[in-house]
Amino acid sequence: MKVLVAVKRVVDYNVKVRVKADNSGVDLANVKMSMNPFCEIAVEEAVRLKEKGVASEIVVVSIGPTAAQEQLRTALALGADRAVLVESNDELNSLAVAKLLKAVVDKEQPQLVILGKQAIDSDNNQTGQMLGALTGYAQGTFASKVEVAGDKVNVTREIDGGLQTVALSLPAIVTTDLRLNEPRYASLPNIMKAKKKPLETLTPDALGVTTTSTVKTLKVEAPAARSAGIKVKSVAELVEKLKNEAKVI
Amino acid sequence: MTILVIAEHNNAVLAAATLNTVAAAKAIGGDIHVLVAGSGCGAIGEAAAQIEGVAKVLVADDAAYANQLPENVAPLIADLAKNYSHVLAAATTNGKNFLPRVAAQLDVDQISEIIAVESADTFKRPIYAGNAIATVQSSAAIKVITVRATGFDAVNATGGSAAVEQISGAGDAGKSAFVGEELAKSDRPELTAAKIVVSGGRGMQNGDNFKHLYSLADKLGAAVGASRAAVDAGFVPNDMQVGQTGKIVAPQLYIAVGISGAIQHLAGMKDSKVIVAINKDEEAPIFQVADYGLVGDLFEIVPELEKLV
Repeated sequence: MKVLVAVKRVVDYNVKVRVKADNSGVDLANVKMSMNPFCEIAVEEAVRLKEKGVASEIVVVSIGPTAAQEQLRTALALGADRAVLVESNDELNSLAVAKLLKAVVDKEQPQLVILGKQAIDSDNNQTGQMLGALTGYAQGTFASKVEVAGDKVNVTREIDGGLQTVALSLPAIVTTDLRLNEPRYASLPNIMKAKKKPLETLTPDALGVTTTSTVKTLKVEAPAARSAGIKVKSVAELVEKLKNEAKVI
Repeated sequence: MTILVIAEHNNAVLAAATLNTVAAAKAIGGDIHVLVAGSGCGAIGEAAAQIEGVAKVLVADDAAYANQLPENVAPLIADLAKNYSHVLAAATTNGKNFLPRVAAQLDVDQISEIIAVESADTFKRPIYAGNAIATVQSSAAIKVITVRATGFDAVNATGGSAAVEQISGAGDAGKSAFVGEELAKSDRPELTAAKIVVSGGRGMQNGDNFKHLYSLADKLGAAVGASRAAVDAGFVPNDMQVGQTGKIVAPQLYIAVGISGAIQHLAGMKDSKVIVAINKDEEAPIFQVADYGLVGDLFEIVPELEKLV
């Protein structure tokens, strides 16, 4: 079966972002960009399904600027077969992204779509679920285990109280949580090979999708800073402070 | 303006997060209705009717809604939403699961994890793991929002006397089925609702050593959490993880034991009123946010702390 994986180019998770002085956003000039960590897990899961003989082809798609080709090439080096970039320089909301992915799903007709559960920049946690609504497919979000069996996929999900397993009819949508797998590193020969794999570029216009949004960001501020307190010397001093100064026990 | 709040429950207990979500609805202003979608959930409907400030409770009691599978509940909520100005759900794994599906069905953007209400159309929400706070304004006809519980003080669970109305929806969409659940059993308070949280990190060395934290927690009436490092190392299950991608907590007292303080962890606990850090590395970043820091061997400090509190 064909598996579609969506990946997003985001600020590298090790970068400590700074808010711009004019409060218009965060400063991304000269900052290292990478594939969103949850998307890496999505790519890895697709590659494992192919290695098990469950998936026959992996198509990786990204929606973003020209530079997102870097993240698509990374996914190709990890084992995806071909890539699609829907090029847009606008900052798109999840619904617009889901609509663009729906157009790609219509074209590609995958049996399984795997996405990260959230991007570490906007922290929205929406796109996979929205794609579920637009395609009418079932969704298994926050997955920690994915097992394809016949025309169904069993997804074990990380929920607040523990784990939940659901059985979804294919085609279906899966969003990844942290413990689904540990992504591999791309080997140098595979990085070289990835340069020759096909990468198609599309535009929202070509897909017939409008990407207007009903939400606008008025300002972005740094969170209230928490100042360091004091170091106590003993457990007795700590308990005394908690009882008499902070009054929390 | 009428606001629909989706109740968080497991058919037996109405979750506390519902009260924080109603508080956010109150801050927006307008009549507040609560939807209880479940199976055999009549008692939840009655409990919801008692919540302070709730004008009406809608109960959709159907086997198809038992586990609130998003394929089944999203059409129900989207259909009801057309009568409302706002639809709110708690930003729990459950609310995060079904609400974006509702928003897409309504063709509106969703605003995730608000922590403050500025006005009926303007909200604050954390981005970049809480390293920035965005103020966003929505022009959508129906505003679909998840609410971070720690941003809003819970309303009273009693004092209301709302009318309860039975409704029905399309039921089973036939695309998904619930197979099973493995839920952690604990007599300790729930992490996100606890007044005191004791959390352990990689410094605990193994899962067995968490017994020191459990016994301290039991003396304090606290919940026990963990850093991602401790969960990834297999010391404790994932439902104990506090952080950007785990649970967000804001207790009166947060005791971080053997946790270095990665920004992803801080994002999940830095709104706690008082933070105590116990770590043998005096350079650990956790000390930069701690009100009280104690440098030393946690295996000596934790038992002593248990004796003295």
